[in-house]
Amino acid sequence: MRGEKTHSVRGLTRIYRTGSDEVHALRGVDLELCSGELVALLGPSGSGKSTLLNLLGGIDRPDGGEIWFRGEELTRFDDRALARYRRRHVGFVFQSYNLIPSLTARENVELACAGAEAPVAAADALELVGLRARMDHFPGQLSGGEQQRAAVARAIAKRPDLLLCDEPTGAVDSRAGVRILELIERCSVELGAATVLVTHNAAIAAMADRVLSLVDGSIAEARRNAPRRKARDISW
Amino acid sequence: MNALPILQRKLLRDLRQIAGQAAAIVLVVACAVATAVMSFGVLRSLDQARAQYYERSRFAELFVSLPRAPESAAEAIRRQTGVEGVQTRLVADVAVGLAGVEDPVAGRLLSLPERGEPEVNAIVLRRGRSVGAGDAPEVIVSESFAEAHGLAPGERLSVLVGGRSHEMIIVGIALSPEYVYALGPGMIAPDDRRFAVLWTGRRVLESALGARGEFNDLAIRVKEPAALDDVARQVAAVLEPYGAADVHGRERQPSHAFLTAMFHQIAGVGRIAPAIFLVVAAFLVHSVLGRLVETQRQHIGLLKALGIGEAAIGWHYLELVLVLGMIGIAAGLAAGTILGHGLTRLYAGFFHFPFLSFRHDPPSVFAACAVAIAAMGIGAYRGVRAVSRLAPALALAPPVPPGYGRTWPERLALRGPSGGTTRMVLRHLGRFPLRAALTVIGLALAVALQIAMLFSFDALDRIIAFHAHSEARDFSVLFARPLPSATIEEVARWPGVLKAEAWRMLPVRLGSGGQARVVNLTGLAQSAALRTLLDADLAPVPVPLQGLALPGKLASLLRVGIGDRVTLQPVGSRRMLELPVARIVEQYIGLDAYMDLDALNALLPGEPAISGADLAIDPGRRGEFLRALKGSRVVAGISERSAVLASFRDTMLRTLTLIVSFFVAFAGLTAFGIAFSSAWITLSEREREFATLASLGFSAAEVSRILALENAILVALALLLGSVVGRGLAWLVVQRLDTELYRVPLVVSAHTVAIAVLVVVAAALLSTWTVARHLRRMDVPAVLNARQ
Repeated sequence: MRGEKTHSVRGLTRIYRTGSDEVHALRGVDLELCSGELVALLGPSGSGKSTLLNLLGGIDRPDGGEIWFRGEELTRFDDRALARYRRRHVGFVFQSYNLIPSLTARENVELACAGAEAPVAAADALELVGLRARMDHFPGQLSGGEQQRAAVARAIAKRPDLLLCDEPTGAVDSRAGVRILELIERCSVELGAATVLVTHNAAIAAMADRVLSLVDGSIAEARRNAPRRKARDISW
Repeated sequence: MNALPILQRKLLRDLRQIAGQAAAIVLVVACAVATAVMSFGVLRSLDQARAQYYERSRFAELFVSLPRAPESAAEAIRRQTGVEGVQTRLVADVAVGLAGVEDPVAGRLLSLPERGEPEVNAIVLRRGRSVGAGDAPEVIVSESFAEAHGLAPGERLSVLVGGRSHEMIIVGIALSPEYVYALGPGMIAPDDRRFAVLWTGRRVLESALGARGEFNDLAIRVKEPAALDDVARQVAAVLEPYGAADVHGRERQPSHAFLTAMFHQIAGVGRIAPAIFLVVAAFLVHSVLGRLVETQRQHIGLLKALGIGEAAIGWHYLELVLVLGMIGIAAGLAAGTILGHGLTRLYAGFFHFPFLSFRHDPPSVFAACAVAIAAMGIGAYRGVRAVSRLAPALALAPPVPPGYGRTWPERLALRGPSGGTTRMVLRHLGRFPLRAALTVIGLALAVALQIAMLFSFDALDRIIAFHAHSEARDFSVLFARPLPSATIEEVARWPGVLKAEAWRMLPVRLGSGGQARVVNLTGLAQSAALRTLLDADLAPVPVPLQGLALPGKLASLLRVGIGDRVTLQPVGSRRMLELPVARIVEQYIGLDAYMDLDALNALLPGEPAISGADLAIDPGRRGEFLRALKGSRVVAGISERSAVLASFRDTMLRTLTLIVSFFVAFAGLTAFGIAFSSAWITLSEREREFATLASLGFSAAEVSRILALENAILVALALLLGSVVGRGLAWLVVQRLDTELYRVPLVVSAHTVAIAVLVVVAAALLSTWTVARHLRRMDVPAVLNARQ
């Protein structure tokens, strides 16, 4: 473990109900996250990776179990407190970017930094992802890879304690994908955020400190990569 | 094709999915159809009731009043070409005495022929019998008056006519086509308690007025309505030796003219309001269907890929809209029928028809339904066209994301630091300017419609304020005949009288160029304080020492202005005078001319005379005053200012309140429908954006604020536009109501604007709240991870 413990998860369960069907997306997951650590959640689709990520990020609520963040129980937060938690402490990178189409790259980053304690200047964050020259473009004017880099800049500019990446390379080609992974790697080291990377790609999992394999809503295997592979050395 | 029943199942499910928007469309269509069904149904019911009544009573086309003429003159008229029938009558304004009734009651006593029914203007006997021949003191009273006082045949009343009080026995109760809308002398609205129409035998009136073998009133039916003007000229020529007569058509017969003005009003509402509602409905269909097609583009692609034809798919969406239209039409027909019955009952309360019941007007019902369906079709046009143009492969692929850019509203609004969410709102509005404009126009129409209806109350207040300013008198008394000027000193000594001011009034024919009107000319004393002439701003206008003061409307009818000269001929006199117009004054109800009392007396032959007086009364001695007047032979009529204004206010409020509240409610519903579907479309298009904001740590309240801000901008623009358009509509209403009978001032109070604004703001808040509630329940992860 690299730094202090930020999150601890105990017996987390999540059940989706559609009609009379119940799908157990998570069946009692335990987990701890530390600052500066990069954790990969590996598993096939439907294994519960994204569900776990959403619960950690406070955009979903569990049906059982607890999530603790620095001595506070997230699972007891009301909607307002949960929104504040996301705003101050969480950075999301989604597979489908989810940039606000009516805001430029820079404005997207600025919007996410509103309310953060010591954000990186939007221009600097975009410089970091190599988009300084295109920061006043709207999402519709950027390529997929550029949009995802802008999304990474948006996630990291607030200096989050928790960086959550859900299949961040899923919608871009592999060259652009490697570049995004490099950024995530760099941010996790430089910002010291606990980083959780959801992927179904074992090659990508090699860049993590720890790899948790999920099967049917449970952690089937937990292993450490020693040493972890550099993002630029990954290919798929 | 086999797929169609399945498509119809899809249609029902789609309808359930867009239930809120569907309900909004149905509501607005229902409002349109209901207004049309109600207005034209009521109009047809009234129009038919009037036509049948006129037909049955042989209602005159020409009316003549003059001081006196012998029966032989009527025979001469009867021989004129184009004359179908003539009825000569004696008519007198009388004071009516009823046991136990202290308030003054004015009456109009008309003669019935010695034998048989009147050839023209027959009455409809409701109870009892007609008056007998000879000079039996029998009388028939108007039904509304009988009902107001609970009178029945066999009861008695006293009638002061020709300076003598006559005890008369009621033998019948009747209605007359001349008094469907019954206005007494000096009244500006019907007052059934204080005005009676009475009929008695010709002999009775001949002896009371000392007019044996003479008449002072003619009702004439013509063979060809087209020849009316010719007949009128012939009649005037025949009566020329008896002095200027007031010959006029139905357009200046008070009851007929009021009915016609009312019909115009109803027809105006029936034409304008449904049109506004249907424009809004078409807009709602346009945006809701457009959005539905957008969200279902993949279904459409799939249906096309499955080989279902373009026409079938296009028809499927059109069908959805038509189903909504049909439901709206059905609801509108039902609501319109109920409201039509209600409104007809209301009108039956003060229009005295023998029979009045609500009936549909099939052509306009049909037209309203057809136009509603057409509006649905126009609204659906773009959506359906988009469906048929969508190539299957393209439809199956995700839509191209909208290209955003900096837009003009942003450039206007963002002149300083401003939040990202404000920028999102402005750019979104700028990205879809047509939709934003349509929303603004729709909401503005809702505001405007309310202003155009609500301002009637402001106009009413202004008219009442006008009368309150111009009339400080408590009572006006009209003498049975002109009396010497000095009589006023005696009047001032009547019990309870604090102040008495004399006036002289006589009917005159004013003419200029080819234009002429018969109006009452009143001579007022320079010192008059109980009656003041006013201009449109309620500022006092002094009575001119020389020349006439005319209401603006009369001046424009005669096509004269200040300084122009008009001819003046007292009715019944052959003397022709000429006077300049010295002042233009305001008058909202009726048309009268004014001049200085001494100047008027100087113009007329004989000793200076007065024909009535305005009185200020000690309120504590009102009863004493009225009792004293009961026995007076001098006074032919009394009118009490407070009662005149109260009956006017009461009549107006009774008609206005129902119709106006109905329109305010409809406009509110419309505003809700527009704001709701606009917010819903915003939400459905930008759900992912809002979910992203949630993931960035925006609370549901903060995200809702974006929706609210967008609605607020549209509503603010709509309020501005709506208050301007509302004024414009009110101006149109004022133009439409501008008649010789009455004029409506264009006054739009802050209060009226505030109500219209509040209704629309409340509707917008409610709709925003409904959508925001949906936003709070949004499944954020599902939206974020959905395929784009």
